[in-house]
Amino acid sequence: MQLCDFSAVEIRDHIFSKQASAVEVLESCLRRIKQVDGRPGKLESGPETKEDAERVHAFITLTEDAARVQAEMIDKMIADGEDPGPLAGIPATIKDIFCVKGTPSTAGSRILANFISPYTATPVARMRSAGAVLLGKVNLDEFTYGSSTESSAFQPPTRNPWDTSRVPGGSSGGSAASVAAGEAPLSLGTDTAGSIRQPAAFCGVVGLKPTYGRVSRYGLIAFGSSLDCPGPLARNAKDTALMLHTIAGPDPRDATSANLPVSDYLELLEKEIKGKRIGLSPDYFQITFPNLETGEYLQQPVPTEIRDAVLKAVDVYRALGAEIIEDVPMPNTRYGIPVYFVISRVEAASNLHRFDGVKYGHRTNGEINDLKTLYRKSRGEGFGLQPKLRILMGMYVSAAQYSEQYYQRALQVRTLIRGDFEQAFDLNGKYKLDALLTPTTPTTAFPMKDVYGDSVLMQYADQLAVPANHAGIPGISFPGGLDMDGLPIGVQLLGPDFTEGVLLQLTHAYEQATIDAEWRILRPAVLREG
Amino acid sequence: MANLKQEISRETFDHLVELAALELSEDESDYLLIELNNQISAIHELEAIEIAKDVPPASHGVSYTPESSPPLRKDDWDACEDAESIINQSPFVDDGFIVVPDIPHTTLK
Repeated sequence: MQLCDFSAVEIRDHIFSKQASAVEVLESCLRRIKQVDGRPGKLESGPETKEDAERVHAFITLTEDAARVQAEMIDKMIADGEDPGPLAGIPATIKDIFCVKGTPSTAGSRILANFISPYTATPVARMRSAGAVLLGKVNLDEFTYGSSTESSAFQPPTRNPWDTSRVPGGSSGGSAASVAAGEAPLSLGTDTAGSIRQPAAFCGVVGLKPTYGRVSRYGLIAFGSSLDCPGPLARNAKDTALMLHTIAGPDPRDATSANLPVSDYLELLEKEIKGKRIGLSPDYFQITFPNLETGEYLQQPVPTEIRDAVLKAVDVYRALGAEIIEDVPMPNTRYGIPVYFVISRVEAASNLHRFDGVKYGHRTNGEINDLKTLYRKSRGEGFGLQPKLRILMGMYVSAAQYSEQYYQRALQVRTLIRGDFEQAFDLNGKYKLDALLTPTTPTTAFPMKDVYGDSVLMQYADQLAVPANHAGIPGISFPGGLDMDGLPIGVQLLGPDFTEGVLLQLTHAYEQATIDAEWRILRPAVLREG
Repeated sequence: MANLKQEISRETFDHLVELAALELSEDESDYLLIELNNQISAIHELEAIEIAKDVPPASHGVSYTPESSPPLRKDDWDACEDAESIINQSPFVDDGFIVVPDIPHTTLK
């Protein structure tokens, strides 16, 4: 086992006890990146090679030199007896949707390919102040619009470390893949409809979507402003807790950040879960999908392997003394995606109007005689298909003549989705849940190119994750086994507002209880010998 | 869902593209029109839901209480320390000004 395979907490402890230096840890991660990552994402990448198909390609920008300076500084502080902070010397990757001063901040889009951010996002600044060593920016779906990381303008696309013929999920695919492949123990991602939890599930890592407002969005290139949540990806609950504690909290630069104190998530981890009330809902054990020929929406049970993984987690929790409450009704779950098609598109269209080829980003070349043509050409060349689709959809459903039919109605259904959770979590209600236990995704990682291009089917990959975004509540995905193809299965816990500590505690308890499980022995394919 | 009724016609689509200030190739237009209509078909599912008149729209999932709402910032001037670096993000700058082509205008008589 190499230093890069250690957990974040172990790395921190090694550095504080001087068993390893921050530079040694960094060099170990850089060696791993060299071993498994292949060439970084680029705009004009040329055809994919056979070697490309066997590599992870998590990175767009590797900031090796800056990371080395940071690591040396951490080592000097340790040598001088100073405290570098709770993330001292822990390498981390950042989804390239966050602005980091002096670093290309591309959003995976041609329109921002030349954008060097003049300021740093709050969660990134907090990680750096806490001593994290930032390795660079990792790939994502363009502007986070997707569930496979294939839509990035920066190719080759990120591949799943467990099977490089499969997608890593998305949109935080680079984050999840970098953590799973041992390139870094921590990554900062974002979750608008499952974009942390779904890739975490596909890549066999832990991903936490905090409560909306728990982590500042300042410096996050916006998608759906009422839905976007920055959050951690890590290899276990403890590391996730450590990172969340660092990035969470009020921020005067984000008026939607909640002005509430942050719990000591690490301390909460060790508490007993006896008596916790964990719910199961039949509405999370069936998937809805559109029939492409008839337009009908069909429902079928989630795949047996995924259902069984959740039911095994039920057994674990029951054995630990939790109360399992079955048949919790969540009737509006199935409307999560249609509502998302409306709300997120309206918000995305609004947020994308700022990219105009004038103030920053891509500007069309050549002689242009009027401003409107400049806008049209710059945006036409700069945006890929997915942002264009979201702009058009958002403008259509929010147009005056359709707004009542679509947007206003979607906002009301959002209230109903929130109502399902409020009823389930109500302390004076029938169910009084501490958490709802569900599958994270309707499938395990699907093959590259299988779904890409079908924007409706791709969106349905998020159907079990997106209700939490509408409701604003926290959710976590953690590995719960492998399927017959050796691909990770994600199990999800959803909890009441600002109960990240409970979700982490339950995840930690599951990890401890299954520490000797056979499936935990297997490593991602890119890390296996031979 | 390519066989379904196309709610958005080519004419409406072209109007949207114009409003969105996007120049599209023919291939892009064809793909986007199909996908747009497929997405519209997906949201028709919402029409089947009975919604009581008193259900309010939700602009956020989590409600902001007086305790959780951040205090308003003081109305103080906080100068950008490096305005030049912001202006210089523009692809065309001249003497601290962002250069653009002719802005559509009407000369008043």
